[in-house]
Amino acid sequence: MRHRVLPGFGISLGYALAYLGLIVLLPLAALGWKASGIGIAGLTHLLGAPRTLAALRLSIGGALLAALFNVVIGLLVGWVLVRYRFPGRRLFDALVDLPFALPTAVAGIALSTLYAPNGWLGQWLEPLGIKVAYTPLGVFVAMVFVGFPFVVRTLQPVLASLERDVEEAAESLGAQRWQTFFRVILPMLAPTLLTGFALALARAMGEYGSVIFIAGNLPMHSEIAPLLIVQKLEQFDYAGAAALGAVMLLLSFALLVMVSLLQRWSGRWAERTR
Amino acid sequence: MPLQLSHLNRRFTEFAALNDVSLTIAPGEFLALLGPSGSGKTTLLRILAGLDYPDSGTVFNGEEDFLATPARQRRIGMVFQHYALFRHLTVTENIAFGLRVRSWRSRPSRADIRGRVERLLKRVQLEDFGGRYPSQLSGGQRQRVALARALAVEPDLLLLDEPFGALDAQVRVTLRRWLRELHEELQLTTVFVTHDQEEALELADRVAVMNHGRIEQVGAPEIIYQQPATPFVCEFIGKVNRFTVTRNGEGFAAGGWTPDGDPWEGRFAEAQAYVRPEQLRVAVAPSQPAWEARLRHIYLAGSVAHLDLHVPALDQALEADVASEDLSRLGLHAGMELRVAPRSAVLFPRDASGATISEERWLWHAAHRVHA
Amino acid sequence: MTAPLRSRPVGWPRRLAHGGLILVALVFLVLFLLLPLATVFVEAFRQGIAAYVVAIKQPEALAAIRLTLIVAAIAVPLNLIFGIAAAWAMTRFEFRGKALLGALIDLPFSVSPVISGLVYVLLFGAQGWFGPWLDAHGVKIIFAVPGLVLATIFVTLPFVARELIPLMQAQGSEEEQAARVLGASGWQMFFRVTLPNIRWALLYGVLLCNARAMGEFGAVSVVSGHIRGLTTTMPLEVEMRYNEYDYVGAFAVASLLALLALITLAAKTLLEWRYGDEIAAHAPGGH
Repeated sequence: MRHRVLPGFGISLGYALAYLGLIVLLPLAALGWKASGIGIAGLTHLLGAPRTLAALRLSIGGALLAALFNVVIGLLVGWVLVRYRFPGRRLFDALVDLPFALPTAVAGIALSTLYAPNGWLGQWLEPLGIKVAYTPLGVFVAMVFVGFPFVVRTLQPVLASLERDVEEAAESLGAQRWQTFFRVILPMLAPTLLTGFALALARAMGEYGSVIFIAGNLPMHSEIAPLLIVQKLEQFDYAGAAALGAVMLLLSFALLVMVSLLQRWSGRWAERTR
Repeated sequence: MPLQLSHLNRRFTEFAALNDVSLTIAPGEFLALLGPSGSGKTTLLRILAGLDYPDSGTVFNGEEDFLATPARQRRIGMVFQHYALFRHLTVTENIAFGLRVRSWRSRPSRADIRGRVERLLKRVQLEDFGGRYPSQLSGGQRQRVALARALAVEPDLLLLDEPFGALDAQVRVTLRRWLRELHEELQLTTVFVTHDQEEALELADRVAVMNHGRIEQVGAPEIIYQQPATPFVCEFIGKVNRFTVTRNGEGFAAGGWTPDGDPWEGRFAEAQAYVRPEQLRVAVAPSQPAWEARLRHIYLAGSVAHLDLHVPALDQALEADVASEDLSRLGLHAGMELRVAPRSAVLFPRDASGATISEERWLWHAAHRVHA
Repeated sequence: MTAPLRSRPVGWPRRLAHGGLILVALVFLVLFLLLPLATVFVEAFRQGIAAYVVAIKQPEALAAIRLTLIVAAIAVPLNLIFGIAAAWAMTRFEFRGKALLGALIDLPFSVSPVISGLVYVLLFGAQGWFGPWLDAHGVKIIFAVPGLVLATIFVTLPFVARELIPLMQAQGSEEEQAARVLGASGWQMFFRVTLPNIRWALLYGVLLCNARAMGEFGAVSVVSGHIRGLTTTMPLEVEMRYNEYDYVGAFAVASLLALLALITLAAKTLLEWRYGDEIAAHAPGGH
């Protein structure tokens, strides 16, 4: 072995690996082992069950919609926070991190109370025929809440470093403001928006605490997949819980791999041109 | 239609970027805005581009009020210092951008756009690079793409901000010549900003020298070099020797050298004289007039040799330039005694407070006198 | 030459558009973020301060607070040490599988909290790998405090490492090499050179790690068994009270957690303002 100038290679790497092995790898191996015990037949039975399908559809579909919504509103909020100066900007900027910092259970009961038919927001939405609490819409709202900071925080540094001269170049070439936005700024932000989207999506798909209170958890209607895992566990269906957990885990891994591939493809020009 | 800039003022919080600037730019002219950083040259260019606005003053393009026209309607082509290429678009798409964003009524057909882009690619010698992204190009290639993109919209006015600032010295010289040829061919009114005097003097028809938000002098390169209007221009452009001359009876003198005549007719007691190194005559024979000097060192720079002289009569150092072949012809070597005298000089009188007065410039020549 | 900020005559349509964008953004932030936060405190004090104090002084609430502090007090230091060790190995040495190690460190962020708890049930639960052995030796992990600690460690594992790795990568190892050349021992080098350079990033990571450790719900919910006074942390106590329609009680405990979140946010913001450069550009924080 080459002589190393700095000490501590063996101990630091050894410790990190042992720790990761015990805390992360061993338990995940247990999940894989337990999940594989269910067999192909068991898996088809599990995934074919209407209740499982409905839960997966709500978790994935709701998370997709919420992440999409977050990309739009996150772009708007990020833009406003980076580009404009107005009183209270720093305060609002700090507020963006609230969903990171607020425990999910607290967010869950707060959202549930807020959108309940007699809540601050619910009482205005109810007469309009919009029911949020205890419906899939409530699931969506909670997923928007937890995913929101990902898009803004991923976007902000990139927005701040966006070269102004590129926008000026577009303007001097005759582009209208909206053309500059859609043809120049948006394409340049696309890889970043994609990252934010994926992070928000992954988070919303697995989210539990902030969703279950507002969801109402009606099977086939407003029951999310993580809750179904908990239900199976409470019924001592360990194999079923493990299998469903493994499916969700694979889904989120597949998502991450897909995003990194997409990024590599769209980032073929992302190298800085200066 | 001339471009008429009148009494432009632009203040930033800490300094005045433009201080009552007026300038007329003739059609087809190649004009350089030359000055040190912070002199206001970039601000002036950005005002022309519609990317900045003056606090007061007017800009007219013929009859058209430029300040009332948004940047995108001014029909200008702008090349940015760092090119500002769209990094998510290919070279072809970059060049076509300005045509594609037009409203459908004035937008050329797809075939027209393709044809025009191809011609431009050819013009900037990048025929085989249309499909590349800016990150795959060298600095000089990016520069030419930026230029092609600016030309694609067929502008009335081409603006370049430090066009060669980010390039290697060699590429810089090549591109400079190429840009000059392009201008000869297109006859497009062109304004470029630079802090490099060599670039400005070599390229431009006219040079506007700026300092502290003011235009110090506008003129053809040889006028700027040979007849600088202010002490700043003397010192900023080229190398120059500076010394003081004081009144001595009827005329002026500095350490035994006397420029003949007095255009100021006895009004000033002191003046500041500027002499370019190549305007210092060097002689070995002691019969020559003017100063005795000691040759301290010879800096050989290719075809020219810079002589580092010390003149006891002025109690200061002077620099004289001679052709390299003169070194051996005159038998010059460090440590020897020489005699030097100016062939020409630019003199500015000083008032009682010691400030120089540019308006009273005196262009002095050894053989005959010129009073500006 | 630096291009000055553009100042141009802004017409009223554009000014209106700017104002409109700002308004929409602020309305969203208020409705979606500020309002839930306000709800927590309003609901907690709905029946007055006395009821609030009573709700918090109940023995189960105090036990939950104590348990939450204990869990965090174990999980955070362990992840702190892990974070430093992992960052040291990752940024100061070259070895095969480094990218894999980096992905592994980030892994817990992409795992649903429920699954984070589930894996320990499958490992140590009655039907798990070690379940029978643990049972035979009278050791309880699942539905007991060790399970809560393990699940919390899993969920908060990446926080410190994630803050340190990019910073230490950017800082490079020249200063440490200089210290070695000047004769410093390994520990001297670490405490006199490395630690001072990363202290603010470390604090930042610990702050986020702690907030998450105290607030984690999904993972601990799965392993807790919800035994009042014994295995309920504060978030679990919130859930149980809420499900029992004890809204004031639930929001009272929730308000303490919200307060913790606010303090964390304030400290985080302060750190970013004062020591932004020393914390370095960090990826957006985890869950």
